[in-house]
Amino acid sequence: MTGYPPDTASLGLRESHTFDRATIAGIQRAAATGIYDVRGGGAKRRLPHFDDLLFLGASMSRYPLEGYRERCATDVVLGDRNARYPLHLAIPVTIAGMSFGALSAQAKEALGRGASEVGTSTTTGDGGMTPEERGQSKHLVYQYLPSRYGMNPTDLRKADAIEVVLGQGAKPGGGGMLLGQKISGRVAQMRTLPAGIDQRSACRHPDWTGPDDLAIKILELREITDWEKPIYVKIGASRTYYDVKLAVASGADVVVVDGMQGGTAATQDVFIEHVGIPTLAAIPQAVQALRELGLHRKVQLIVSGGIRTGADVAKAMALGADAVAIGTAALIALGDNDPRHADEYAGIGSAAGFYDDYQDGRDPAGITTQDPELAARLDPAEGGRRLANYLRVLTMEAQTIARACGKSHVRNLEPEDLVALTIEAAAMARVPLAGTSWIPGQGGAP
Amino acid sequence: MAPLSDPGTVDPATVGGAAVEAATLTESAADGARTAGTVTFDLAATTVRALNSELHAPSATSYEVLRPQGAHAIAAGVHAPLTVDIRGHAGYYCAGMNDGATVTVHGSVGTGVAENMMSGVVRVRGDASQSAGATGHGGLLVIEGSASMRCGISMKGIDIVVGGDIGPMSAFMAQAGRLVVCGDAGDGLGDSIYEARIYVRGAAGGLGADCVEKELRPEHAAELAELLTAAGIEPTGAYAPTRFRRYGSARRLYHFATHNSAAY
Ligand SMILES: Cc1cc2nc3c(=O)[nH]c(=O)nc-3n(C[C@H](O)[C@H](O)[C@H](O)COP(=O)(O)O)c2cc1C
Repeated sequence: MTGYPPDTASLGLRESHTFDRATIAGIQRAAATGIYDVRGGGAKRRLPHFDDLLFLGASMSRYPLEGYRERCATDVVLGDRNARYPLHLAIPVTIAGMSFGALSAQAKEALGRGASEVGTSTTTGDGGMTPEERGQSKHLVYQYLPSRYGMNPTDLRKADAIEVVLGQGAKPGGGGMLLGQKISGRVAQMRTLPAGIDQRSACRHPDWTGPDDLAIKILELREITDWEKPIYVKIGASRTYYDVKLAVASGADVVVVDGMQGGTAATQDVFIEHVGIPTLAAIPQAVQALRELGLHRKVQLIVSGGIRTGADVAKAMALGADAVAIGTAALIALGDNDPRHADEYAGIGSAAGFYDDYQDGRDPAGITTQDPELAARLDPAEGGRRLANYLRVLTMEAQTIARACGKSHVRNLEPEDLVALTIEAAAMARVPLAGTSWIPGQGGAP
Repeated sequence: MAPLSDPGTVDPATVGGAAVEAATLTESAADGARTAGTVTFDLAATTVRALNSELHAPSATSYEVLRPQGAHAIAAGVHAPLTVDIRGHAGYYCAGMNDGATVTVHGSVGTGVAENMMSGVVRVRGDASQSAGATGHGGLLVIEGSASMRCGISMKGIDIVVGGDIGPMSAFMAQAGRLVVCGDAGDGLGDSIYEARIYVRGAAGGLGADCVEKELRPEHAAELAELLTAAGIEPTGAYAPTRFRRYGSARRLYHFATHNSAAY
C-alpha cells in the first residue's frame, strides 16, 4: 500500500520474493485470527492477460476502415439456437451476474439502468430477482444457481434469458458465502433464511449431477418457459475444453466462461488466487470445443474475468468470443474504490484502489452493502449514467481497434489479428509471439 | 437414466426405465381429447410440449395424462389451480415448479418431482427417485411409497410427507418447511439444516452435521397430525404423532467459526 521507503536498499534491507510483505502480513493475520481471509474481487497475482496481446493494425497487406466514417457494427444475437426470443443486444458487453445481497438494491437498479441505456443485458445473481432490477433492465438474464435462493417460476417467466450457473472463475468448484452483516431483513426474506446468519450457497445443484442430468434440467427449464428463452450455462474456467463440450451437449444456447481474474462478492483468498485458469487460457479452449462441435457462433460464447477496456473486449472477441461480461469494472464505474471516499476507506483499514472487502458490508461507496444509509449514497440514476458512459467508451474503443484491423463488425476480429508479447501468452492464447510465427505448444493436446 | 441423444427434443423412446401402461386405454386420446370436462393427453400419441403448452394456457381445469412413458418435465411449470392426473410413471422433474395445481401421479417418478414447488399439491402413488421436492418453497408433496436420496434437499417452505422410507442425505441444507417420514430415514439426515422441521416414525440413520433430535412438543404433534391428515394418513394408532421423533437444527453452524472446521 505505501511505497518503499527510498533508502531501504542502502540500509541493507532486502525484501524477499518468497516472503514478501503481503505474505508476511497474511501469516501474521492468520496467526492472530485463526481464520482464513475472505474477501471480494478477483485474483490479484500477476497473470498472463489481455495486456500480453497486441493487435496488428492494417497497413499494406490489410486495409483499415475509416474511423468515425465507415461502419463498424457491434450488435450481437445471443441464444438463437433453440429459443423463440433470442436476445439482440446493441453492444457485445454485458453485465455479469451479481447478487442482490452482495450488492444493494440501488446498485442493482443502477446496473439495469446503465445497461438498458446502451442496449445491453444485465444479470441477476444468487438471491433472486428484485423488482428494481427487473423494472430497469430491458434485457435481464435470470441466474439459476445451486442455492436456488429466491428462485421462483414467476420471475423465471419474467426473465429474458436463463443462466444455469455451475461456477465462477473466482472459485470454480466453490459455493457461495454471504456473511451475516449483509443479511438484512429483505435479503433474508428473499432467501428464506434467518436474518443475520452467515449464509452458505451450495456448490452443486440439488437436483441434478453431470451432463446427462443437466440436459434434462435444461429441457425442464425450456418446458416451463415454453421454449421462449435462451438458456446460458456459466462455468468457472478450469477444464474449459471439456466443460464447454459438455455444456453444449447438455443443450446450452450460450456458454459463459469466467476466468480466474473474475470478481466475487466473498470467497476465501486462497481459493481466488489458486483455483482456476486465467481468462486468456480459457478462451481458446472454449473456442476449440465449439469449433469441433461445429457450433462456434451458433452457440454463443460470453467471456468474463478481468475485462477492463475496449482493448480487452476486442481481444476476447478476436480470440473467438461473441460477447463479454463485466462485473468488477461495472462496480468501479458506479463508484466503487472512488478516491473521494479516501478517509472512509482508511477508517475501515483499506484505501481507494485497494478496497475488496465486499463481504463486509461497510462499503463507503454504498454498492456492496445492505446498510440503508450507505446504500442511499448511490443514486441509481446517476450510477446508471456513469455505467452507460463507461460501456460506450468500451464499445468505441473496441470499434477503434476493429476498424484499424479492417473489420466492419467487431465480431470479425480474429486470432490472425493478434500477436503475443510473452511466450506464456502466446502459448495460452494460441497466437504467435510478436515478430515470430511461433505459437508454443501448437499441436499439443488441449 | 439413459442420456438424451438430442437434448433439444423429447423422445420418450430414448428414456430408460419407463413402463408403458397402455393396456387399459379404451378410447384413442389424441392430442388433447376432451371428455366430460377433462382434457386427455396420450403421450404415446402427442408430446410433452403439447401437453405443457396447454397446461400453461389452460382451456379446462381438469387434465388426464395417459401413457406418460417416463417422459421428463410432465406438467412442469403449471401456474393455475388445475387438476392433473398422470396415469403411469413419470421421468425427471414431474410437476417441477408447480404453482397451484393438484397433480397426481398414478405411478412412480424420477428425479426432482415437484422441485421448487411454490404452491399446490403433488401426490405420487408410487415411489420417487432422488431430490424429491428439492428447493420447494411451498405446497404439499405426498409420496405414498418411498423416496430415494436427497429428499427435501434445500427445501424452502414446502411440506413433504413420505409414506415409506427416504434415502441418505435427505433434507440437506433444508431451510424451511416440514418433512414427514413414516418409514426410516437414511444416513446424514438433515445435514447443515436450517429452520426446517423433520419428523421420522422409523429409524433415522446417522444425523448430519448440526442436525439433532428435538423434543416433540404438543404444537409439533398438532402440526404433524395436520400434515398426516392432509396427506391422507389418519394420525392415530401406529401413525399417531407420538410415534414420531422430531429432528431439527442445533443452530451451531449458523456462524462461521474456526472451532467448527471439522463439521464443515
Ligand atoms: C460483487 C460481486 C458479486 C457477484 N455475484 C455473483 C453471483 O451471484 N453469481 C455469479 O454467477 N457470479 C457472481 N459474480 C461473478 C460475476 O458474475 C463475474 O463472473 C465476474 O465478476 C467477472 O469478472 P470481472 O469482475 O473481472 O469482470 C459476482 C462478482 C462480484 C464482483
